[in-house]
Amino acid sequence: MFKKKECVAMLLAGGQGSRLYALTEKTAKPAVSFGGKYRIIDFPLSNCINSGVDTVGVLTQYQPLVLNDYVGNGLPWDLDRAIGGVKILPPYQGKNGADWYKGTANAIYQNMQFIDMYSPDYVIILSGDHIYRMNYDKMLQHHKKMNADCTIAVIDVPIEEASRFGIMSVDDEGRIYKFAEKPKNPDSTKASMGIYIFSKDCLFKYLNEDAADPNSSNDFGKNIIPAMLANGERMYAYSFSGYWKDVGTIDSLWEANMDLLGEEPVFNLGDESWRIFSRHSAHSPQYVGPDAIIENSSITEGCDIYGTVRNSVLGSGVVVMAGAEVVDSVIMDDCVIEAGAKVNYAILDSGVTVSENSTVGKERSAAKGIAVIGTGITVPAGTAVADGAMINNSSDLVKEA
Amino acid sequence: MSVAGLIFSNIHNSSMPELTSVRTMASVPYGCRYRLVDFPLSNMVNSGITKIGIITHNNYQSLMDHIGTGKDWDLARRSGGIRILPPFITSYNSANGGKLYSTRLEALMGVTGFISKCSEEYIVLSDCDGICSIDLNKVLEDHIEKNADVTIVTRTVNFKKEIPSDGATEIKCNADGFATEVSAYIDYDRSAEISTNIIIANRLFLLNAINDASAHGYNHFYKDIIARRVKSARINCYHYDGIYLQITSLESYFRCSMQLLDPEVRNGLFVKESPIYTKLRNSAPTVYANGSKVINSYVADGCVIEGTVENSIIFRGVHVGKGTVVKNSILLQDTFTGTNVSLNCVITDKNVVIRNNRVLSGHESMPFFISKGAMV
Repeated sequence: MFKKKECVAMLLAGGQGSRLYALTEKTAKPAVSFGGKYRIIDFPLSNCINSGVDTVGVLTQYQPLVLNDYVGNGLPWDLDRAIGGVKILPPYQGKNGADWYKGTANAIYQNMQFIDMYSPDYVIILSGDHIYRMNYDKMLQHHKKMNADCTIAVIDVPIEEASRFGIMSVDDEGRIYKFAEKPKNPDSTKASMGIYIFSKDCLFKYLNEDAADPNSSNDFGKNIIPAMLANGERMYAYSFSGYWKDVGTIDSLWEANMDLLGEEPVFNLGDESWRIFSRHSAHSPQYVGPDAIIENSSITEGCDIYGTVRNSVLGSGVVVMAGAEVVDSVIMDDCVIEAGAKVNYAILDSGVTVSENSTVGKERSAAKGIAVIGTGITVPAGTAVADGAMINNSSDLVKEA
Repeated sequence: MSVAGLIFSNIHNSSMPELTSVRTMASVPYGCRYRLVDFPLSNMVNSGITKIGIITHNNYQSLMDHIGTGKDWDLARRSGGIRILPPFITSYNSANGGKLYSTRLEALMGVTGFISKCSEEYIVLSDCDGICSIDLNKVLEDHIEKNADVTIVTRTVNFKKEIPSDGATEIKCNADGFATEVSAYIDYDRSAEISTNIIIANRLFLLNAINDASAHGYNHFYKDIIARRVKSARINCYHYDGIYLQITSLESYFRCSMQLLDPEVRNGLFVKESPIYTKLRNSAPTVYANGSKVINSYVADGCVIEGTVENSIIFRGVHVGKGTVVKNSILLQDTFTGTNVSLNCVITDKNVVIRNNRVLSGHESMPFFISKGAMV
């Protein structure tokens, strides 16, 4: 059957996200909850469908169960298609042995057959680490207009932060002449967003060459991009201005959640012009009790709020009992904050119970860092979890005398 | 279990003309994010029924829009799934002058094609004006155990306002639970067992009864099918004593909505193991701004609350502006209130806009209703 697609997206979702510690103990980073009823992968997937890209390969490797279950047949994103749609691509056993994905480029290399099924002219490479809204079609049009071999989305970052990113140096018409991965002395503020559009034939040529090189670490940033640049291929930067946030660390994940709040939120999930889709289960509406106090917070279906919630983001099915207090925190699905318990400057993964009169974290101004509690953990009654603590399993919790 | 479902979408429209002038009873919004049809539909799905027909009469655009392909109820199936059954006039138009059905029995006559093509052994019938979360498997077990031809789910009433304006059917049973007398319930001031119109029937029994009624020119389901067979067939009663809210008028819609603020009612309707499914809207979570105050209210996702909300039911996409006070009210989808508005005992239909500084009030015995899309 002939099933041609102009552009196929490949979403790199195999990363462990080790800097999210307890939150990625049992889940791949793209499946980490965000903003109450979303997961990080909802952003690239929604961007794809909103941009008219309806064929997406999701490359999984680390702890894929939750991610596979979440993506499923792609129904929430309208990616359950007879031709194209979303496909999960795990590492597989081939004739000459089985390989894990050794790097980002190797993951795409191993799935060239998948890309070829759709005979695309272009391939867009995405990652599951960022919160943003972006029209990939505009970037593709730019790629075509410049007759480029590779287009890299870039965003202006403050010069003092530039050494954390891959930095592009570009000429007047946006052509890249230098690329430096995390440079000590950056000479540009254009940071790579990890979003690449390649013309397919060019991409395949470099993937094949890269795979043949035993010394390569098979990575886009370290190998493919420098090799193309060295050979003088037509590489262009596509400037993006808008909200874009890497949520690879506990602090940045917390900050991105807080960006949803406020009078004029920095990032507004309610913007209907570019909707973010997500898979959610059937919850009843949220009930707000007679003595509840809710200020500057985002609350999802299925919650029962009898206590106090300030400056926080709550996922679905969270119960905050009378006399409990949640401040400056991110509470994921189905957590229970019992009477008299206080949660301050913390991230609770799904299914955490904070029992009566326990405290988690300290008020933000006095805290060393964000307290994090991993999924399904019960904090026993009367326990104090220190500010900045990272609780992976119940044995980390010591009951206070 | 081999059961197919049939839902009557329009049958009580006349009892609440305000909300049904633009839609079927089945598609009346209820409980922040649902439509009434979600309750019978989810009850069937949660009981393992995957072939369901919805009988329509008129005004069913909103219903078709809500149901779509049925995938939100996991009913987008290659075999079975959900089917909307629009009026099928020719089957009885010679007897009826080409008119649309006007009774439950005539509605069933119009769908004999669906019933006879089913291969399932049982058919469950349900209306949309009763809100409950009932385990139909238990009803079926009782039906099979008693070797019944028909099992009618009944409930006890003793309050006039709980009776549908178009009447209810009283059923008297013997000690074994079989019906001995079926009649219209007319004497409002006494406690009685009435039909919830949730009925399980052996499919062939039902089909024969409908065909027989058709041949005799009968038109009333309880009078002509059930009452006539009380002696000759096994008409079983199943008493349901869980939460059951009956919508009989706009005032009762108001009361049934406010009952959701009672935790006992919520826990009886929204059971974790048998969720109520509805059309997904992908709304963002609800944002409670600084200075907002919400007390004893039931709120959907996708709202922005900047003002005060008390004892109210807030649907998806509602905006409550700064300085606005909403009390004892029901605001349907995408109602927009400006700043310093005051509402008390008001029901706003979809897409109503209430401009700044308006003050509106009804009374709980007569809520003030603002129709779809109106601007105040």
